[in-house]
Amino acid sequence: MDQDALRVDGLFLSRSGRTVLSGVSFALAPGSFCGLIGVNGSGKTTLIRALLGLLPADAGGIEGAARGHRALGYVPQKIDADPYMPLRARDVVALGFDGHRYGLPLPSRRRRDRVAAMLAAVGADAFADRRLGDLSGGQQQRIFIAHALVREPQLLLLDEPLANLDMPSIAGIVSVLKRIARESGVTVLISSHDVNPLVGALDRVIYLAGGGAVSGRPDEVLRSGVLSRLYGHHIDVLRVHGRLVIVPAGETHPIAPDEPHVERLE
Amino acid sequence: MFADYMINAWIATSLVAVAAGMVGFFVVVRGAAFAAHALPLGAFPGLAAAWLLGIAPWSLILAFAGLGAFGLARSGEKAPHHTATALWLVSMLALGNLLLSRMHAYSNAVFAVLFGEVLGVSNTQVLAVAAIVAVTVIAMALLYRPLLLSTLSPDLAAAAALPERRIATLFLLIVALVTSAALPLVGASIVFSLMVGPASAARLMTDRPGWALGLSVLLALSTVWSALALAYEADWPIGAFVGVMGAVWYGVGRIVRWQSGRLRRG
Ligand SMILES: Nc1ncnc2c1ncn2[C@@H]1O[C@H](COP(=O)(O)OP(=O)(O)OP(=O)(O)O)[C@@H](O)[C@H]1O
Ligand SMILES: [Mg+2]
Repeated sequence: MDQDALRVDGLFLSRSGRTVLSGVSFALAPGSFCGLIGVNGSGKTTLIRALLGLLPADAGGIEGAARGHRALGYVPQKIDADPYMPLRARDVVALGFDGHRYGLPLPSRRRRDRVAAMLAAVGADAFADRRLGDLSGGQQQRIFIAHALVREPQLLLLDEPLANLDMPSIAGIVSVLKRIARESGVTVLISSHDVNPLVGALDRVIYLAGGGAVSGRPDEVLRSGVLSRLYGHHIDVLRVHGRLVIVPAGETHPIAPDEPHVERLE
Repeated sequence: MFADYMINAWIATSLVAVAAGMVGFFVVVRGAAFAAHALPLGAFPGLAAAWLLGIAPWSLILAFAGLGAFGLARSGEKAPHHTATALWLVSMLALGNLLLSRMHAYSNAVFAVLFGEVLGVSNTQVLAVAAIVAVTVIAMALLYRPLLLSTLSPDLAAAAALPERRIATLFLLIVALVTSAALPLVGASIVFSLMVGPASAARLMTDRPGWALGLSVLLALSTVWSALALAYEADWPIGAFVGVMGAVWYGVGRIVRWQSGRLRRG
């Protein structure tokens, strides 16, 4: 029996001849709530697709208890379905349950109950019978999370699920995910270019930069010294009125490290 | 209207309507309408060549439509790849034109097949249509859920370990198959309308995918039935009426959706 839900060892991956990941290693404990943080283009989507087996690695290993598509739930970064597609929120979740099967869907109480339970778990009861295309971004995000969870995966991979959401929606979705991780023991890996909406909730941070990664508890990773070593040049990690700001030193930035309400995390 | 020589026409067009309504539903929701427009018209040189060689048109139509389906599948059926589809379509029309110019004597016959020749369908033709439609219905039933899932998101389909590219190719081949069954009956210019008109209306009238598919079949049947009655009573070319009905159904669909939106908002 594997101790880790997922273990990535020295992963190398290039796309169209350009190296995107060069030696990424980390491990995820079962039931942990993990953030995959990095700027645009740092390779978050690439890494998640490699974990799903959708992109072949050049070298390195991906192991752990949560391997294979049955053990993985996935919420892609972008889903641009036709807004006129006749598909209710409920139907989207049902497709997560048995959309990969061939043949017509026969009525099934088990499917109906699972779908209803998932819709309730993500707080989507109120709009379960509305057309997907008529829902707001935050409502659709909840539906896709239910789609990913309905087959009871061990590891849930969410690619930038909080982008384009307002603060209440972000808080709502983070608390839904935290509760699911706690109650059903699902390991959650959630990517974001901004660490702030997540940092209070995270058990673990995997920080991607320059093709490499560091991982650990948020207070271990989000420090000037650690990130400077990862980037290969000096980085300031500042706390401003409780928000974390990560800036390369020397870059013109509205926040100066020496102002009184700014704290530097060495 | 139900004279002996009309019976085959009723049977053949009804069969074609069932297949076109089913396949058309996915053509519309996948945003593959342009591909479905290009496939029948691109099979036009096959038709012309068959007349030139004096052989039955089915095989050559199927060959050209099948070739087109493979080509489109390689370049992708959707919007970003419209250029390739358009270029292919134009070259096929040019080729058909060239073949047509070689055979003045047959231009009547070619006209009949461009715009449909439904009276005088032979028993063998009915059998061929029945076989093609049976294959289509079985294939669509098998692919129903995987097609819905990959239409919603190719990424979600791939993550569920579905062979997403292969399913897309198979779907275009089915479109080609229905095309080759429908083309000699309703005409190259009208197959598209029969596939897209009823389906685009049906998806606006209900939020459930299964119901929309069934409704699409019903609307396609009512279209060919009224077209056939008019062809008999008023000597209209069947294709002309099918084309008009396609546009009418779309208008009705828009009105239904607008009305149901008003009802929901109260
Ligand atoms: N299909 C592709 N072909 C070639 N290179 C690609 C492709 N997709 C991404 N890349 C490159 O791989 C690198 C990592 O991209 P990726 O999409 O993984 O970044 P990301 O961290 O998810 O960014 P974002 O925050 O913008 O979503 C980028 O430099 C990008 O240019
Ligand atoms: Mg990304």
